[in-house]
Amino acid sequence: MTAADVFTVLAVAAGAFFFLAGSVGLLRFPDALTRLHALTKADNLGLGLIVLGLLPQVDGIFAALKLVAVWLIAQLASASVTQLVVGVIRRDGEGA
Amino acid sequence: MNPATLYGLLACALVGIGLYGLAARPEPLRKILAFNLLGGGVFLLFGVFARRGAGAGFAGDPVPQALVITGLVVSFAATALAVALALRLRDETGDAALDAGDGKAE
Amino acid sequence: MTAPLALDAALALLTLGVAAWTVATRQNFAAVIGFVAYGLLLALSWQRLGSVDVALTEAALGSGVTGAVLIAAVSRPPRAAGRAAPPGPRVRLAAALLSALVALALAALVLTPPEPAPSLAAAAAAHLPELGLGNPVTAVLMAYRGIDTLLEKIVLLLALLAAWSLAPDRFWTGASAAWDGAPPGGALTLLARFLPPIGVVAAVYLLWVSADEPGGAFQGGAVLAAMWLLAMMAGLLRAPEAGSPLLRRLVAAGPAVFLAVGVLGFALPGGFLSYPTGFEKPVIVLVEVPVTLSIAVVLGLLVAGAPGRPPRKEGQS
Repeated sequence: MTAADVFTVLAVAAGAFFFLAGSVGLLRFPDALTRLHALTKADNLGLGLIVLGLLPQVDGIFAALKLVAVWLIAQLASASVTQLVVGVIRRDGEGA
Repeated sequence: MNPATLYGLLACALVGIGLYGLAARPEPLRKILAFNLLGGGVFLLFGVFARRGAGAGFAGDPVPQALVITGLVVSFAATALAVALALRLRDETGDAALDAGDGKAE
Repeated sequence: MTAPLALDAALALLTLGVAAWTVATRQNFAAVIGFVAYGLLLALSWQRLGSVDVALTEAALGSGVTGAVLIAAVSRPPRAAGRAAPPGPRVRLAAALLSALVALALAALVLTPPEPAPSLAAAAAAHLPELGLGNPVTAVLMAYRGIDTLLEKIVLLLALLAAWSLAPDRFWTGASAAWDGAPPGGALTLLARFLPPIGVVAAVYLLWVSADEPGGAFQGGAVLAAMWLLAMMAGLLRAPEAGSPLLRRLVAAGPAVFLAVGVLGFALPGGFLSYPTGFEKPVIVLVEVPVTLSIAVVLGLLVAGAPGRPPRKEGQS
């Protein structure tokens, strides 16, 4: 196991832990807004750590850039969708 | 047990779940969903045989894979048409049921 | 049990659980969301089985576009009419027993496969250098079994025609009314302005790279359709009229070019759909580009649904 592999394992494990934390928040938080907050914050950070951990494993700059692009697009999509869900909650009330 | 056999058993279980859902849920939309679950299981079974047929430097036999891609597109077309039919049926009869044996659709 | 096998077992259990929940849950909307998750988990299973092209197609078409059609269906306001009575416990028990029987019979097949495993991989690999392709699945789709792909394109076209014909007569050749009056919210408009350029590049890349790497016309077409749908949902683009000549030409372009290439093959040794020697790769690219455009348009129209508005007359804006 080279240093790059150790870094990958640590970063991906940390990312997985944040995903787990986000899921725990989804299950345990009392209402929809707090659950959304847990999901977006923890999941984006988790995805970022996983992407960071996978960077030493790819060969070539383009593959690395593609991974980062995936992370950025996922953030954009997740942020927009969260805004839309919050808009629906605001309009229709909880449990809509 | 190698991964291909594991996914093969998963595919069989998915086929069983899809069949049960097709028979046990009365609303058309739920039947369409169950049918798609069934389809996913059948395609996964193809994938297992593709994996077993790996050779010539490929990770899987390409012919079943191409068949599944074709099947996925056709299955989507069928689902879209089925959904359109179910919605039209609901608009016409005002009833979400499939067993319109009481002559509501005049 | 090794680590990768444990991962596969966990994925299999999760997929099974999501499938069972999709069948069992009471709310239709929740079932559709469960189905979308099921499709994504299946895409992971496909990747574990080594079929990346199929994983892409399952994620894009099986879970993505099918999910869009189903969500559009369940979010229509339900009629206040009576709900159908679920079948009684005896019927459900019989269904469960029969389904279990089918599953067990299939499992017996899976556990006793023929040895050695039959395979067409070597036959598929034999002619790849002549075609100039590196991806065997693309070779099978576009060259060895080109007739299947042609017929599949026509099936999509027929499904579109059938879905259109379900509209009331007065709406024929009108536009879909699915997103009329959608309030352009800030976040959706931002997403619909930002994502389509990226999506179009991704779609073109998926099509172009399918010669040697996983990808393909269907996956690229599905991404293009998703970008178009996003713009329509945000109100940035109006749903097209079904009678619009440009739309009809785009929808017909894929099957028409493919069919024309097929008929021209009669002039060559090999008959229908044979490609001229030395020109296989250009002909395949020539066919794949209109096929991708047609797929994108047809998928978008199928999600938009049957026309819900009468066609705009001449002279009206």
